[in-house]
Amino acid sequence: MATMIFYILGFILLAATLMCITRRNPVHAVVYLVAGFFALALMFYLLGAPLVAAWEVIVYAGAIMVLFLFIIMMLGLAPQEVPPGPGWQRWLPLALLSASLMICTLLLVLQDPAAGQEIGDFYLAPQALGEALFGRYALAVEIVSFQLLFATIGAFLLGRPLPKGEGP
Amino acid sequence: MTIPFGHALAFAGALFVLGLSCVLIRRQIMMILIGVEIMLNAASLAFVAASAYWRQPDGQVFVLLLMAITAAEVAVALAMVVYLWRRKRTLVADEFNGMHG
Repeated sequence: MATMIFYILGFILLAATLMCITRRNPVHAVVYLVAGFFALALMFYLLGAPLVAAWEVIVYAGAIMVLFLFIIMMLGLAPQEVPPGPGWQRWLPLALLSASLMICTLLLVLQDPAAGQEIGDFYLAPQALGEALFGRYALAVEIVSFQLLFATIGAFLLGRPLPKGEGP
Repeated sequence: MTIPFGHALAFAGALFVLGLSCVLIRRQIMMILIGVEIMLNAASLAFVAASAYWRQPDGQVFVLLLMAITAAEVAVALAMVVYLWRRKRTLVADEFNGMHG
């Protein structure tokens, strides 16, 4: 049963992402992406990562995507302001190359001896994850906190008002 | 749950290719950033599947670190989007082709 749900969620994820990257309106794209992230969170749960699934919903769908929506609505990016991209004839070589690359990757992955082996039942309790995160990887957590501080400073500097004469 | 490891990796690979094509095809900076998000999520899926396959917590720890890195990246990138919008009132990547010395 869980196996079937995993495949259904995988196809929901791929379909939502495909709809996302083809939308002209950025708001629609973000909403499709949120739907895909919910499917991805359930896949994480089925793969034995309940805490990561919760974080996927809280951080990705809840914070990052809302930040995207906020910026899109703040700038008022109406869909007609986005010019049409190059026609499909100009995409065709890229699409063929990407498709052949994808097929080669899938063939390589599926013929690998480890690929046939099954992922058994696995459940990592949040407590075990926290012990690993703040035990072995405590230094990485510190470095990430520094990185978030630097990102805050960078966003602050970029968000200052423009000097006179540099506007549109 | 019993699925082959390769199928989980195949889903991650397909998701990564979708994100990469979004970055390559779309011309609006916001959609390029969304493509980057999709690729980062494909990496997360591969990490979690590997974590379940080898029965180790390390993969999930890396996904949490990846989320923190993504949050930092999105903060800076969206600040840059607002900056570019103030400069030229457009977000088409082709428009930003001049250098100012």
